Amino acid sequence: MSDQNSVMVSLTIDDKDISVPKGTLVVEAAKLLDTEIPVFCYHPKLESIGACRLCMVEIGLPVIDRATGEKVLEADGSVKLNFGKGQVTSCTTVVSEGMVVRTQTDGVKKTRADMLEFLLTSHPLDCPVCDKGGECPLQDLTMTYGHDTSRMDFQDKIRLDKRVPLGELIVLDKERCIQCARCIRFQDEVADDPVIEFHMRGRRLEIVTFSDPGFDSIWGGNTTDICPVGALTTSDFRFGARPWELNPVASICSHCPVGCNITMDTRREAASGGRRVIKRISPRQNEAVNEIWICDKGRFVHHFADAPDRLTHPLVRRDGRLEPVSWDEALDFVAGKLQQHKAAVAGIAGGRLSNEDYFEFQRLFREGLGSGNIDLAERRLAGGDVVAQVGIASGSNLLDLKKGDAVLVVTANLHEESPVWWLRVKQAADRGANVVVINVCETRLDKHATHVIRYAPGQGLKTVSDLLALARVDTGTTGEGDLAAAATALMEAQNLVVFYGAEGLTYPETDTLARMLANLLLLKQGEGDDAKAHAGRVNNGLIPVWSYANEQGAWDLGIHPAYGPAYKALAEPGLSAADIYAGVDDGSLKALFVMGADPVGDGLMNGRGKLSFLVVQELFMSETAALADVVLPAQSWAEREGTFTSGERRVQRYYPAIPPMGEARPDWQILAQIGERAGLGKPLIAASLAFKELAKAVALYKDMTYQTLSRVEQQWPIISSTEFYYGGTAHINSQGLGQQWAAGAESGVPAPYDLPAEPKPTSVDGFRIVRIPALYMPGTLINHTELLAQRVARPTLYLNPTDAVNFADGEPLAVTVGDETFDVEAAVSDSVPAGLGLLRGVPGARLAGFEPATVTRRPVAELVAAA
Amino acid sequence: MIGEILKGMGTTLKHLFIPPVTIQYPEVERPVRDRFKGRHELKRYDNGLERCIGCSLCAAACPADAIFVEAAENTDEERYSPGERYASTYEINMLRCIFCGYCEDACPTQAIVLEHDYALSYYDRASALYTKEMLLVDIPVNGVPTPQTTRPGTFTRSIPDMENPK
Repeated sequence: MSDQNSVMVSLTIDDKDISVPKGTLVVEAAKLLDTEIPVFCYHPKLESIGACRLCMVEIGLPVIDRATGEKVLEADGSVKLNFGKGQVTSCTTVVSEGMVVRTQTDGVKKTRADMLEFLLTSHPLDCPVCDKGGECPLQDLTMTYGHDTSRMDFQDKIRLDKRVPLGELIVLDKERCIQCARCIRFQDEVADDPVIEFHMRGRRLEIVTFSDPGFDSIWGGNTTDICPVGALTTSDFRFGARPWELNPVASICSHCPVGCNITMDTRREAASGGRRVIKRISPRQNEAVNEIWICDKGRFVHHFADAPDRLTHPLVRRDGRLEPVSWDEALDFVAGKLQQHKAAVAGIAGGRLSNEDYFEFQRLFREGLGSGNIDLAERRLAGGDVVAQVGIASGSNLLDLKKGDAVLVVTANLHEESPVWWLRVKQAADRGANVVVINVCETRLDKHATHVIRYAPGQGLKTVSDLLALARVDTGTTGEGDLAAAATALMEAQNLVVFYGAEGLTYPETDTLARMLANLLLLKQGEGDDAKAHAGRVNNGLIPVWSYANEQGAWDLGIHPAYGPAYKALAEPGLSAADIYAGVDDGSLKALFVMGADPVGDGLMNGRGKLSFLVVQELFMSETAALADVVLPAQSWAEREGTFTSGERRVQRYYPAIPPMGEARPDWQILAQIGERAGLGKPLIAASLAFKELAKAVALYKDMTYQTLSRVEQQWPIISSTEFYYGGTAHINSQGLGQQWAAGAESGVPAPYDLPAEPKPTSVDGFRIVRIPALYMPGTLINHTELLAQRVARPTLYLNPTDAVNFADGEPLAVTVGDETFDVEAAVSDSVPAGLGLLRGVPGARLAGFEPATVTRRPVAELVAAA
Repeated sequence: MIGEILKGMGTTLKHLFIPPVTIQYPEVERPVRDRFKGRHELKRYDNGLERCIGCSLCAAACPADAIFVEAAENTDEERYSPGERYASTYEINMLRCIFCGYCEDACPTQAIVLEHDYALSYYDRASALYTKEMLLVDIPVNGVPTPQTTRPGTFTRSIPDMENPK
């Protein structure tokens, strides 16, 4: 709509005048006037098809005298209108000047009632058992606009199959379908996974899936949201509860750095002993983050929060066994031990914790224990400090990217790592934005990209460096080929958004990559005084594809050996995670505090080494926790309040949905209570106060409080399940849109970063493997969702046919990388570059660039034993 | 004045020979009217299948929030009701119930009926919670207890038709 803002068109709807941008649909214009036009097939995020015929209205156009080009007037001086012969669908009609729309005439009312009667001829009317019953547009609109009785014979209804699983996630009820094609259009237009389609015609029309496994899409859950009847439902929520019994709680998805706004619907459940549990997760509208979509990982991977194997009591090791103790005893013990080993203490944190947790964590270590040895358990991607300067500017929205803009995606597989970003970049491409993808292997974005750059293994940085040289005007470098064309597309872009990830790069390489891309954003375009850099402008900037939901927050709040909160460089840097693990092994560290991470299970740390004291704060008895002296039970994000900072630096608030598991406490509170014993003063009583303290201490968050984070404003399109114009069960956002903090470049463009003269290509002789990401990577959290068991990525090695001469497709192989050996299955594909193996679905995978590896066929004896 | 006293005594004397209206409850129980609303029962079809489909409309209609329902899905191997869905949990808190009968009105399958049992008393609050097992009526003479194993394809409707299914 923003394209055509300048040209306004005036029309009259039910005697009310309104001006709307040219190109607006009549149904949208009516929405602005609060005039009800009921719809089924129309959806503001999809192309109109005019299939359900419910939005019929009478439209009159001014009669123009062909000879004079003037409007013909009636006898009384008013403009003569031509209403044509019949009614038209308002969802496919674009407004025009002088148009007169009538939505409340007897004719329109009769059409609506007749259409509803027609739709109900074969609808089963099993509302009492239907999962949509209570939030169903067909129910609501029939009550509002339908006839009281039907002229059709009930016994004459067509009978179709009731329970047709489209794959194991989505269930179809053929009888309930009203053939609006919303699901098919969503999968085709929005998700580009056209795995469902109509089959047959007329009354026998039905939805079929033709993928294997059925409905093979990571977006399938969204079709159940936008289905205006109960035809598509998720197996997860099937007969789970009636919609009116659910208690909706606003939350933020904790699986990836997009920070999708979600709603957790909770209800008490007898099977859980009367506990309030999460019954389903649906998207919450935030047009700047996830619009009204979420991926199936965000929708289904929540069962870990209610899992029976959660830790419920503080445990202390006595006589070699972990025994439950009281909180006071555990906290006293931990505080005493940490202080005793003050000189040789370190802290490791995971990437999924809240900002409050991180702030308290670094405060406990830096102020309470005087130690700077804190780091995230695992870092795959560097550049938080760069993002603080040239990150995507506040107020940006990927929805605004259009023709003339460009998106650059470097060494990141958005579809697998942060699906909603993929969706939004793909839609930007649909709107005409140039998309440049630089990756070593094929990704799902390639199809939508205008330029795809493949580089040889090890040449990643070299390729970006060449691109940077080509994009620079001052070097006068010119070139031909794909890279030069891509550089031109980036140079000529009005707005430029750059995503970068760590696929095939080592950690130090990602740091160089971030700086290179920052320099690209800092290049001045145009001439003389008009020259402007991309960095610092709205809809421009860098977006890091972090591995975890709140890695951005960890950077911002100083969970880094070299930076304090707000990226204040420390005079005396502490030990990094790698140094900490080495220190554990060689005995130079005495005590270790692990919060929300499993370094032993992830293969980062070799057991507890020579530690005298190990404390683990966790949800589950992880491999690290099993070795600990003290295990502290933490609350999951569903049980508590907190904030996450997304990769776009949007700080967003989540709310407690379910009661705490056992005696579990929020991480920040445990840390503050240990801090109290280490002389840091009384702990605060609420997360909101902890955030207030944080905002006071960290300049980046200075304008934020829980109140400001929960502010909302009217979003467009207006979507809600209670409206006559049905957007889906996506919940209206009344609990906060979050706040972005301003990147450094917004208040003054910084100088370009110094780069290593010429990045030297990594040696890539011989066969190499690179680990590629998978959305459903096996792990503690996802394994608690049994429903996804079939979709969890199986350990697979993708090989080029030239490398797989000795191996057949599907053959069991053993891959040895360094000192680790993985059992995988071979997948032979032409799309894999020769000399490279793509390793996918191996848990605890560290992305460490291109590693030499040997691949062998697994011995038959071993396979038999495994079987 | 004497006359009035004798008249009064006469009335008293007369009533000595009229049978009393008082009923010696609980030794004697007076039958209730047909439309009396007492404790709920969950009905069954003749073949023993439960009428309740776990739709929770009774809970929605209940002005006292006395009913709690949880649903689950029937399979042919383990079938409780003829439809797709049955009540896996059904509880009525009789201390909350005001016996208004709205649940009966809301029920699409006439599964819940307020019957004639009014002798409800408890030693503690927890025992006022009537579970599904307590509310379900006995299995009819020719019926089979639930869960039943049924022939695939017999029960394909989400809500059964109202007459007794075969």
